[in-house]
Amino acid sequence: MTGMTRDTAALRWPWLPELVTAAALIVAPWILPHLGFNADIAARILIWGLFGLGFDLLFGFTGLLSFGQAAFYGTGGFVTAYLSTTGVIDNVILCLIVGTLAAMVYGVIIGLFALRRTGLYFAMLTLAFGEMSFFLENSPLSEWTGGENGIAGVPVPSIHLGFLEYEFSSGWPLYGFIAALFWIGFVLARRISRSPFGMILVSIRENTGRAMALGHAVQRYKLAVFTIAAAYGGLAGGLLGVLQNYMPPGAFALQTSGQLVMQTVIGGAGTLFGPLVGATVWLWLRTVLQYIPDIGAAWKLILGIIFILLVTFFRRGLCGELIHWVRHRRAATTEAAADGHAVERQVPETAPAPERESSGPVTLERGRVPQIEPADGTPALEARGLTKHYGGVHAVTDVSLSIGVGELRGLIGPNGAGKSTLFKMLAGEITPTAGDVFLHGQNVSGVGPTGICQHGLSKSYQINQLFDSLTVRQNMLIPILGRNRGPFALDMLRSLGGVERLDEQVDRTLDLVGLSARADAPTSVLAYGEKRRLEIGLALATSPTVLLLDEPLAGMSPAERADTVALLKRVRRGRTMVVVEHDMDAVFELAEYISVLNEGELLAEGTPEQIQNDDRVQNAYLGGMSEDESA
Amino acid sequence: MPSPSLFFAQLFNGLALGSLLALVSAGLTIILGTLGVLNFAHGAMFMVAAYVAWWTMVATQSYVLAALAACAVLVVLGMIIERGIIQFYYSRPPEDQILVTFGIGVVLVEVIRVIFGGISHSMPVPDWGSGIVNMGFLIYPKYRVLALGIIAVALLALYLVLYRTRLGLIVRAGIEDQRMVGLLGINVKRTFLAVFALGSLAVGFAGAVYAPIIAVNPEMGEQLLVQSFVVVVIGGLGSFPGAVIGGLIAGEILTLTTMFNPAYSHVMLYLAMAVVLVLRPQGLFGVEGRE
Repeated sequence: MTGMTRDTAALRWPWLPELVTAAALIVAPWILPHLGFNADIAARILIWGLFGLGFDLLFGFTGLLSFGQAAFYGTGGFVTAYLSTTGVIDNVILCLIVGTLAAMVYGVIIGLFALRRTGLYFAMLTLAFGEMSFFLENSPLSEWTGGENGIAGVPVPSIHLGFLEYEFSSGWPLYGFIAALFWIGFVLARRISRSPFGMILVSIRENTGRAMALGHAVQRYKLAVFTIAAAYGGLAGGLLGVLQNYMPPGAFALQTSGQLVMQTVIGGAGTLFGPLVGATVWLWLRTVLQYIPDIGAAWKLILGIIFILLVTFFRRGLCGELIHWVRHRRAATTEAAADGHAVERQVPETAPAPERESSGPVTLERGRVPQIEPADGTPALEARGLTKHYGGVHAVTDVSLSIGVGELRGLIGPNGAGKSTLFKMLAGEITPTAGDVFLHGQNVSGVGPTGICQHGLSKSYQINQLFDSLTVRQNMLIPILGRNRGPFALDMLRSLGGVERLDEQVDRTLDLVGLSARADAPTSVLAYGEKRRLEIGLALATSPTVLLLDEPLAGMSPAERADTVALLKRVRRGRTMVVVEHDMDAVFELAEYISVLNEGELLAEGTPEQIQNDDRVQNAYLGGMSEDESA
Repeated sequence: MPSPSLFFAQLFNGLALGSLLALVSAGLTIILGTLGVLNFAHGAMFMVAAYVAWWTMVATQSYVLAALAACAVLVVLGMIIERGIIQFYYSRPPEDQILVTFGIGVVLVEVIRVIFGGISHSMPVPDWGSGIVNMGFLIYPKYRVLALGIIAVALLALYLVLYRTRLGLIVRAGIEDQRMVGLLGINVKRTFLAVFALGSLAVGFAGAVYAPIIAVNPEMGEQLLVQSFVVVVIGGLGSFPGAVIGGLIAGEILTLTTMFNPAYSHVMLYLAMAVVLVLRPQGLFGVEGRE
């Protein structure tokens, strides 16, 4: 049960989907004609499916809903068509490659702008840039693209190898050419989806902010996947011209982007097969309904209604719902079989995690995080004159802190004292109005959360920031990948299961926060206390030298609280920690030095005894009440 | 260099197109700002309004009836869409909201196509709007001049609703902080319905007023949808002044650049959007930190 996935079938036959797909593509020419599909429609479905593979990585995996993919479909298509019809390059296969590269370059350019915004804005921007591309093709570039006429006479590909001469003439031979490219595209997309790179994409979809805070350069990943999607679009567009012997300007139209989105959602986003299935439904409906009188004209209306119903009731799409149903059934069977052991399994997680003081310092491996020598007297974390003003609101004013290596510092203060704002500045999440942050003597102001995490500072949040649709184990992978791979790596073709000792590192951290028994549970089913431990575990798994904990005990039951206090004591060895907490007993128990914040300013600092006896602190907490009233 | 008269003519054309964009974008932006829903069906709703106006005009020969019918149908349509579908999407991710409104747009376009076919229709200009006006610096179709005035009045009316009524106060508060409005004990359900209806009314009125000027066909709303997105990006999310100023800017960009090189006019609009994105990502009137 230590694999990356519970899918045992997939573990035993890792190439099964690829082989099944290859077999299906090979036998299709003998089966499809009986179902009403000719070679042309089959090839069209594959082109949409190929186009959709890239889009699925972008939307289904990374969560970026683009309405402008037509820009890349058109770019690839027109570059391929132009090169092959003018004879600039006399090899169609080479034209397709150049067209794909052109689409990628265009993808980088558009991505740099469109990815500046997220969510709704991203959808609007991609739509707008798609329309811009349509107009570019239509008028300014019409000398090359033929404007509204498109480019006619795109030749079919052929192979000249001296000993082998073959032309992929239209019909099933051309289908074979497109099917081969689809299969290669599918194999690559599936590898990407199962690589560490692919795992980061999913984490961006689930919780972009946390992925950033766990050391991943999210913007670069987004641009990378946007470019990949553009490449798929470009190749598919090139193939469209080849298939039709004609490159239509409609490839750039908004309808193209819209059709791609609808097909992907109908088939199931995040499944890779979804776009292909969606395209099959789309083209089949169009073909079949067109021959039925009275309904023929309404084929797209019917599709639209199906689409709305699917989005509303079956958002996972056809493939997604099927996969979900199968997994659900399998999980139910496993659970029934394991029912007898369930009670046993429950024991270790409800019992308080054992103290392991004797087992030596619990330090995780540091990967690329530099090991800091504690001796030279440089503070681990230092704030100098940190200030944050929002207009007239002075959230934090001129706060300076110096936290020594290995120290556990408590940070307390009444509600609204500015503790969370201070933490956000320390973690690089917000830019201070004034002041600087030093991490092991290095000025890290303006580095941002990703850079600060890579410098060895990590934060656990007051409100859980988890990757909700992933399992506990997958959650834990995200910080560990950030630590092992640095802020950005293009290890798209590497298997997640093949990364050395990844499982071991995940298991060790899960063990540390007492979640080993829940490793394969989806995060959404965890109890609150377990989620809280996972939240802390995510921060721990980055192997920080400095750990910020924002109210780690918030909302916990007494038993959970005791567990967590014990956990904090365990992990503090070899680390510098700052804890914001309202639970005063816990702060006084844990911290050896306490800083008190009030109304955005540093009110007092001292040992727990000094703070407990400080009149100013008492006044701040009692909110101006006089002594006898409070008694 | 274009002649001064051409320049003024194009400036006025820009004003006419800009005011239309302003009204359509205002409808889009108050729905987006208050409900948090980006309505991809907005362009299709404009198209439906134009069809209702055209059909009523042909049937009754009354422009007033045509405009009233378009507004009434759009308000009812908006309420049906909000109650029937969108209300179930408030708690769902923004991507789902985009998908479903996109789907609604497709269905509206296809319903119209099934009923009226795919060909273009032209709505006759009312008697009082036929003929031309000589404004000294340019000669302009009378209806277009009047349409500009009518849309300006509509924008003023929308301004009064937003800045002088209780509903407007809630809408503007919602744009500032959506969650807070929910906490203040305001009947969110009824407010959202009213706001969606108001946005639909704005686009319905725009569709009716503009129907005699452009070709009425099922795809007519698509361009407008994209352009109103550009206006919202330039003007800033949820901002009424942003929609009006952004609309006018977009209108002027589209028409003024046509003087120099018609081929680039649309491209220039998107370049302007890209420039705003780089220099002021939240838009001209947008609030920083809101997505």
